Amino acid sequence: MSESKDADKPAAAHGNSSRRDWLLKIGVALNVIAGAALAIPLVGFVFSSFAEKKDPRDWISLGPLEHFPEKTTRIATYRNPYTRPWDGETAEIPCWVRHISGDQFQVFAINCTHLGCPVRWFQESGLFLCPCHGGAYLEDGSRAAGPPPRGLFEYSYKVEKNILWVKGGQMPTLSNPV
Amino acid sequence: MLNILRNVAVWLDDRLHITAIYASTAGHEVPKSAGSWFYVFGSATLLCFVIQVITGACLAFVYIPSTNEAWTSLQYLNHVQFWGWYLRAVHNWGSNFMVAIMTLHMIQVFLFGAYKYPRELTWVSGIFLLLLTLGMAFTGQVMRFDQDAYWGLTIGASITGRVPLIGEQLVHLLLAGPIIAGETLSRFFTLHVFMIPGLIIALISMHLRLVLTKGINEYPKPGKPVRKATYDAEYAEILRKEGVPFVPHAIDKDLIFAALVIIGILGAAFIFGPEGPGGRPNPTIVDTNPRPDFYFLSIFAALALLPDWMEVLILFVAPTVCIALLLALPFISPTGEKSYIRRPVAVLSVIFVMLIVGVLTYMGQTSPWSPKMNAWSGDAIPEKFVKGRTPLELRGAVVFQNKQCRNCHALGGQGGERGPALDEVATRLTKEELVRQVIQGGGNMPAYGKKLSPAEVDALVSFMATLHTTAPVRPSSKPENNLPRDVAAVRPPALHGR
Repeated sequence: MSESKDADKPAAAHGNSSRRDWLLKIGVALNVIAGAALAIPLVGFVFSSFAEKKDPRDWISLGPLEHFPEKTTRIATYRNPYTRPWDGETAEIPCWVRHISGDQFQVFAINCTHLGCPVRWFQESGLFLCPCHGGAYLEDGSRAAGPPPRGLFEYSYKVEKNILWVKGGQMPTLSNPV
Repeated sequence: MLNILRNVAVWLDDRLHITAIYASTAGHEVPKSAGSWFYVFGSATLLCFVIQVITGACLAFVYIPSTNEAWTSLQYLNHVQFWGWYLRAVHNWGSNFMVAIMTLHMIQVFLFGAYKYPRELTWVSGIFLLLLTLGMAFTGQVMRFDQDAYWGLTIGASITGRVPLIGEQLVHLLLAGPIIAGETLSRFFTLHVFMIPGLIIALISMHLRLVLTKGINEYPKPGKPVRKATYDAEYAEILRKEGVPFVPHAIDKDLIFAALVIIGILGAAFIFGPEGPGGRPNPTIVDTNPRPDFYFLSIFAALALLPDWMEVLILFVAPTVCIALLLALPFISPTGEKSYIRRPVAVLSVIFVMLIVGVLTYMGQTSPWSPKMNAWSGDAIPEKFVKGRTPLELRGAVVFQNKQCRNCHALGGQGGERGPALDEVATRLTKEELVRQVIQGGGNMPAYGKKLSPAEVDALVSFMATLHTTAPVRPSSKPENNLPRDVAAVRPPALHGR
């Protein structure tokens, strides 16, 4: 609207031009500052994953050793330490525990290393099989067949006072294993 | 009275400029040839989007985007909420129709050369609309927060995790944390109902605005190539000679098709009902078989069939190249023939792409590369493969089932297809080769040497050595005996070889 008014009154516009230019510049500058003040918290909020460096992992108890007889591979579940009150059952994470002997364990993430689908243990054939693209792993987690680029992701574990602990809390991916 | 109404109408038109807006939109002139059945897909795609917005807004009245509650609220929608099941079904079928009709629209626009000068940006905005619609499809699948959604997110995160250098941060960005948890679903809900639809509405506005400013593509005539110098004048001439207002002269077929689309969506929704939700989104239920919705089955299939070294290439480079090519198309080929009759390469590339996507989708549906997890306990060995076999061979058949060979190897058309079917394996491998294959593995088969005792290997191989003919032949010396068949066929000639 102001432009059409200016067109009607070229003389008035001409008279104030330096003041108007100055006000315009101030206006633009103020909005750049205000916009940045708005953008910084917004971008920080949305992209917080790039700023937070805290390790989400924690030691988690998988229960007493009696739950895992020697020379067997069994499923164990734990409540994910990175959790929210409204997570529900989604925070229940499974993993495969292979008790080799004594304090010797292997704890595998459930996720296939190919694309993360849940691998299943087949006791009789001694294989982990993935239902998505047919990845297969041997008893010790090493890659046996199919598209997986590596063996199963392994949790670090410790045995304390007859309890098996693993360090977990994040979804294992190729760029960030367990 | 009539005078008062007329005055009101004139007053409203003066304030709202309705006549002018109408004349420049619905009443704008289009070439008469554009009133064709081939030109109905664009408006039908828009119609689908409107249906999605309306049904989606209604579903959001009830749906709870919380990891803990989403699945239950979907069950509530399906079983308790009045008409809830039907709106879910319409929303689901609306999305299927939208992707399908949008694909037809894109193919039509491509084959009719509508992307050429001066409609480059219409095509470019259309490509972004295609990508955003696929984004809606993926985030929509996550809204149906069940096992498939959970594992679909896992697959998405695993793919993202392969990005070099910043993979870890990108996974966090995608999942709103290091793992699928509380904020993940909220994030996808925001994308599905606010962000992506907002962008789609903005882009549709641009897309339609461009259709108005640059005019709808005339029905292309073979032998009439586009030239930048002359096209604008030619188009103006077409409009002058045979231009008709879109409403009411060219909208008739759009209207009929629109009604058919609505009836199609409503009918499919009524007959087939809503999709899922499947099993609870509980990751500890590992007895699951995650599959994406059909739009992504072709990518899912490609990921099973590619060799390792190609995966990063196909996951990141190929989509980038494909999208870049689509975006660049109107700038690579801005002029020349429009009609598909003079563009055999264009027609062939559509057929080629459709065949690839179609075959991959079919393969994704059947997933022959996946072991059939319950074949060993669920699929019986057909009678013909055990009838008349020796005890050792029968023992071998039991080993074959017990050791879960059947999960990857079919017999009689039943079982996994990961490995070759073994109906006639003895015609391909000698007994020694069978022993070696079982013990050492090879190809894509793991070694079973440590999992089988020598006696089991012996039995298994004896059984497999009988698998070389489709029908066991009974001793011919006593064709007319009165004994029951299975007693007569104590030792079939199947054992003669090897």
